[in-house]
Amino acid sequence: MPAEREAIVIGASAGAVEALTSLLPALRPGFRLPIIVVVHLPADRRSAMAELFRAKCALEVREAEDKDPVAAGTIYFAPPDYHLLVEADRTFSLSCDAPVLFSRPSIDVLFESAADAYGPKLVGIVLTGANADGARGLRAIIGEGGAGIVQAPSSAFASAMPEAALQMSPTARPMTLQAIAAYLEEI
Amino acid sequence: MSTPTQLDKVEDIEIRLLLEALFLKYHYDFRHYAMASIKRRLRQARQQLGLATFSALQDRLLHDPDMLPRLLAYLTIQVSEMFRDPSYFKAIREQVVPHLRTYPSLKVWIAGCSEGEELYSLVILFREEGLEDRTIFYATDINHQALEAAEAGVYPLERVQLFTENHRKSGGKSSLSDYYQAAYGRARFDASLRRNVVFSDHSLVSDAVFGEMNLISCRNVMIYFDRSLQDRAIGLFEESLSRKGFLGIGSKETLRFSGHSAAFADFVREEKIYQRRSTDAG
Repeated sequence: MPAEREAIVIGASAGAVEALTSLLPALRPGFRLPIIVVVHLPADRRSAMAELFRAKCALEVREAEDKDPVAAGTIYFAPPDYHLLVEADRTFSLSCDAPVLFSRPSIDVLFESAADAYGPKLVGIVLTGANADGARGLRAIIGEGGAGIVQAPSSAFASAMPEAALQMSPTARPMTLQAIAAYLEEI
Repeated sequence: MSTPTQLDKVEDIEIRLLLEALFLKYHYDFRHYAMASIKRRLRQARQQLGLATFSALQDRLLHDPDMLPRLLAYLTIQVSEMFRDPSYFKAIREQVVPHLRTYPSLKVWIAGCSEGEELYSLVILFREEGLEDRTIFYATDINHQALEAAEAGVYPLERVQLFTENHRKSGGKSSLSDYYQAAYGRARFDASLRRNVVFSDHSLVSDAVFGEMNLISCRNVMIYFDRSLQDRAIGLFEESLSRKGFLGIGSKETLRFSGHSAAFADFVREEKIYQRRSTDAG
């Protein structure tokens, strides 16, 4: 059943930088899927995650721009204070619509649009966080036949977000960061 | 490889038909809006209107004209901030205004003004810089309700705190509280700010040039368009600008994908402020 994967979406909130640091820099050059990441940042800390990770990663790291085509082997971060969406033609759209669950960018908004665009070819990963963003989005991904992975709550810096995702999607697979890193290597 | 896999989904078919119905019956054309965003907004509308399917929504839309403004509110109304991205307004103030000062009269177009936050930001900035009296501001939107809200200039007081902070960071030379009166949890912006403003229905999708502008500000409007529609809008801006006129867009928007990009030069690159090249007079 697992279709060939075409993209990976990741959502993370409190504890995001540490969690992503154990996943993204480990990816080797030649990794072929795009990885699209939403991280919640406090509004006063508009620092670019892209800059932070560009120095650490072998893959190309960028802040997603409006209408940019989603390129293989590239890590994209949602720009602060915009929602990031993926269109059916594999380009990005940004939106200034109201925050969802107090968040802009919202993990749900990215995940739901990517689920529409990629269907079963998508992998969704919900990492550490202290809210419930990502739960609906992951359910949408699994509903379209994509793969749902959740950082095991007991291993997460903040367990609320993974717990909410697992509650809404009992078939999502809880995994430690090490296991997720190994999974990405195999993909 | 990237053929859309989901085009045969019933929901997508319904959405396309709904947008077609909206166009054929009411001449509002959303067919070239960025689909992922419009789908999200339509889902919200369908849910809050208590309808099971987009086909049901289409049926209501075609037979009940009261449905139109309700749907348009979902599709077009945009809540923004005054002086959103203060550094943009600072760049207008410090780098664009000195050029504008050299003209005896000015025209400024706020395209897609929604409920007026960007408009009032610019009017206040122009007043602070002593340019308001020689300027006509054109504030346009396709949504009549949004234009009415813009014309009323009333905002929830709790948002004004953020507006005030933004205004200060933008290099504001006065206090924002000079421009509004607070009552009952709302801030009512002074009618004098509107004395040089023309509010008008205008669609970037279907309407044409209506004047020669010195500055066009259109921020975070085109992110809702697909590439072909963005291209049309940018072409319209090119035609509407005087030679050496300025165009400001949202900080994450780009002219890069437009066939008209060659007509513009970076003016303040990091703030996405462009200047129309003087060659190729149009």
